Amino acid sequence: MNRQGRPTSAGAPSPSAAPETFSGSRGLEQDEPLLFEIGRDGMTGVDLPAPDEALNSRLGGLDREGAIGLPGVSEPEVVRHFVRLSQKNYSIDAGLYPLGSCTMKHNPRLNEKMARLPGFGDIHPLQPASTVQGALELMEELAHWLTTITGMPGVALSPKAGAHGELCGLMAIRAALDARGEARTRVLVPESAHGTNPATAAACGYEVGTIPVTEEGRVDVAALRESLGPDVAAIMVTNPNTCGLFERDIIEIAEAIHEVGGYFYCDGANLNAIMGRVRPGDLGVDAMHINLHKTFSTPHGGGGPGAGPVVLSEALTPFAPLPFVRRAGDGFELVEDESQVKGEQPFGRLVAFHGQMGMFVRALSYMLSHGGDGLRQAAEDAVLSANYILASLQDVMTPSFEGPCMHEALFDDRFLEGTGVTTLDFAKAMIDEGYHPMTMYFPLVVHGAMLIEPTESESKESVDRFIRTMRGLTQKAKEGDTERFSGAPYFAPRARLNETGAARKPILRYTPPEASAQAAE
Amino acid sequence: MRYLPLTADDRSAMLDVIGASSIDELFKDVPEAARLAVPIDLPPFAGELEVERRLSAMAAKNISAGSVPFFVGAGAYRHHVPATVDHLIQRSEFLTAYTPYQPEISQGTTQALFEFQTQVALITGMDVANASMYDGSTACSEAVMMAFRLTKRKKAVLSGTLHPHYRSVVETMEKYDADEENLTIFCPYSADGKEDLASQIDEDTACVVVQNPSFFGNARDLTALADAVHAKGALLIVVVPEVVSLGLMKSPGEMGADIVVGEGQSIGNALSFGGPYLGLFATRQKFVRQMPGRLSGETQDANGKRGYVLTLSTREQHIRREKATSNICTNSGLCCLAFTVHMALLGEAGFTRLAKLNHQSAVKTAEALEGISGVEILTDAFFNEFTIRLPKPATEVIEALAAKGVIGGLPVSRLVPGDASLGDLLVVASTETNTDADRAAFAAALREVLQ
Repeated sequence: MNRQGRPTSAGAPSPSAAPETFSGSRGLEQDEPLLFEIGRDGMTGVDLPAPDEALNSRLGGLDREGAIGLPGVSEPEVVRHFVRLSQKNYSIDAGLYPLGSCTMKHNPRLNEKMARLPGFGDIHPLQPASTVQGALELMEELAHWLTTITGMPGVALSPKAGAHGELCGLMAIRAALDARGEARTRVLVPESAHGTNPATAAACGYEVGTIPVTEEGRVDVAALRESLGPDVAAIMVTNPNTCGLFERDIIEIAEAIHEVGGYFYCDGANLNAIMGRVRPGDLGVDAMHINLHKTFSTPHGGGGPGAGPVVLSEALTPFAPLPFVRRAGDGFELVEDESQVKGEQPFGRLVAFHGQMGMFVRALSYMLSHGGDGLRQAAEDAVLSANYILASLQDVMTPSFEGPCMHEALFDDRFLEGTGVTTLDFAKAMIDEGYHPMTMYFPLVVHGAMLIEPTESESKESVDRFIRTMRGLTQKAKEGDTERFSGAPYFAPRARLNETGAARKPILRYTPPEASAQAAE
Repeated sequence: MRYLPLTADDRSAMLDVIGASSIDELFKDVPEAARLAVPIDLPPFAGELEVERRLSAMAAKNISAGSVPFFVGAGAYRHHVPATVDHLIQRSEFLTAYTPYQPEISQGTTQALFEFQTQVALITGMDVANASMYDGSTACSEAVMMAFRLTKRKKAVLSGTLHPHYRSVVETMEKYDADEENLTIFCPYSADGKEDLASQIDEDTACVVVQNPSFFGNARDLTALADAVHAKGALLIVVVPEVVSLGLMKSPGEMGADIVVGEGQSIGNALSFGGPYLGLFATRQKFVRQMPGRLSGETQDANGKRGYVLTLSTREQHIRREKATSNICTNSGLCCLAFTVHMALLGEAGFTRLAKLNHQSAVKTAEALEGISGVEILTDAFFNEFTIRLPKPATEVIEALAAKGVIGGLPVSRLVPGDASLGDLLVVASTETNTDADRAAFAAALREVLQ
């Protein structure tokens, strides 16, 4: 017992079973109901002036009659609610987040500050171009960095995310083929591809042909050649690929697709491994999206917003969508409509307005901070750390392919054979160790995949601690300590959640108890 | 370099463990022809102060909306966002988390998304909403694609009330979609909101897309249109460009909408030159399995405690690959959180009052402008935006106003060039951020410009 004025002593060891608490909270981990369960009628967290009751309405009698049903909550309660919610999230600011293919690197706060300058944050997309010259200059500067890093002549900035960039690239390809008077029907995708690749090809009206992956984890070039023909519009290849490897035959792949008159779409999700060392333009790429939220560190925000500009080859640049920035005299103009086009043949428009400006500012701030030399160093450090993990774990885990890897290391579940522990269990045990799990069960080409991407943001001490933890866990799995895994996570805000149940009978919104009871009757 | 923690010693120690003599060895799979021999031609790394100086200089060349009397809307609106919103969304745990694929350590995000979905369903008057799309325009095109899938019909009728950018986005998506037979019918732009859509609907119509309030600001009751659409077995898609309107107006759900899409930027999010924003997407319960995008759903954990997970992902690309309902992978997570926090602060009382203040701001702006000789207000019923006809081309007027320090609206011809009948139209928006002084300055400047 700690009496006032006396220092706390360690006391007796805590009992093995923690007691249930009356509040439902556990120390710093506060239980928090839904907003809809804490609100009260009439309460508000915003003070607004009273409307002018004498003023006539000009709404044409379209006033809402019933109540909406939004809860009323005061400002301190709102702050507490969301702070408590935030404390249930893992984040890159709090720890290593080795999620393969997602590039969870440090998000500098300078970038947040820059995006909030009134000259960027408080400008309207449709105010006169003469009043936003600095914004257009920023877009042009970002374009310069992206095209220089990739060695590609053109870039479409407007796509809102990686998958949106894929759509942009494939539409540009289809427009280029249309301009040649060719209606091609197939897009080839390796079986190791991100799910968005086949989904995008299908959304653009293409039949998807799957290319096998060799035992070395790379595109099977012989099989690719067999599939190629005059009906192939494009091949979509991720490079570095989703197995964490550089496609050694990438130039040959590009030449092969070009020989049959098709285009080479490169999924740029893994650009972080090669920036400053390899330019996709030198590999024969025709279109590649760049995830600004991965490589250039715009925050992931719990699942967006992203930004997916697409760099384009000479052949595809004329087909870039509206809008784009053009130099005009001493300043810049925004080409928003077909009528302003001079020789370009934009395939259409992907978004209202001009793209993710807030993300453009953050990404450019990141690039200016790193400089050309810093970006190259970041890529090298990311690759170095991944190889260090690969080398340090290869004797206890099972690497799927021979290294060196690029910026992520792929393992499969062979090392768990006979232990009764699955990749999922192993991942959940990592949560108890204070880590976000790696990407699991992707890519699909290996069994029980574990894809580890440390990024350049980790110190050696941090990576060493991660390696020690992983080694410890592999040993426990092999020793048969299955409970540690099957019941994990033990130290998270929630134990394992029933995802199957959630999908079987979806509850997608809050319904007040009285309404639920009525519905049940 | 302040962002890179490895020291030179660390690097060489790590290379030793790997058994590589240099970093180049790790890049040996790169074909020789593609290895960059010289550094890329970009400036070297820079400290915070230098970067701030560089970017601030660019920002200073822009006229921010808050620094002048400002009346542009057309799908993006300037509202006051409480300081609490930005504070909360910048918490590390929200800002720097990934998609909640590990729900046990992502309950902050999944619960907030569940609250967001509930808020959106409530204000639109619909059964369910997803966890957001990229923006209003992409939500709109996804809704049209969903209507094609649901009805197995081939024709989308787009009202002349729809934002021109939204029209272009739908047209682009439809032109390149999987079904060659799909087509979109564009009705002529309807500045007065009086158009005959019912005559466009036939047995092959999948959906009718109508914006409310319209691009020109008209607020209309769509109940009769919904009946006409449903009589032909088609779906009514209602686009809400200004979500604050839902605090005052009868909801699209009450009017009979089957899918409601909207731009959610107005709540919680800055103008930011057009992005990032968030698309709202709501529909009827029976259509939920054809709805695109992420969804958070309630469930229980192994100890029987309530929790939230991403659900119904069998519709999505990472499971279904080429058979997915959409290729969409991300949502607008953080924008959606900003929306949720702002809406939580407003609550019923604040949201409805904010809407009323917006309407009254527009009424007062209309009153300030309608006395000016040569200015005609075309919009009978409106929320916080209306269209005026000027005695001169609107682009000229807007430039002259800008020279006087007033940003007075959007010339329709900027988005729809080449239509002579629209050349003198200006769309004017007015929100709670506009003051009587702003209105007086606008009216005075416009008078001078038109003299």
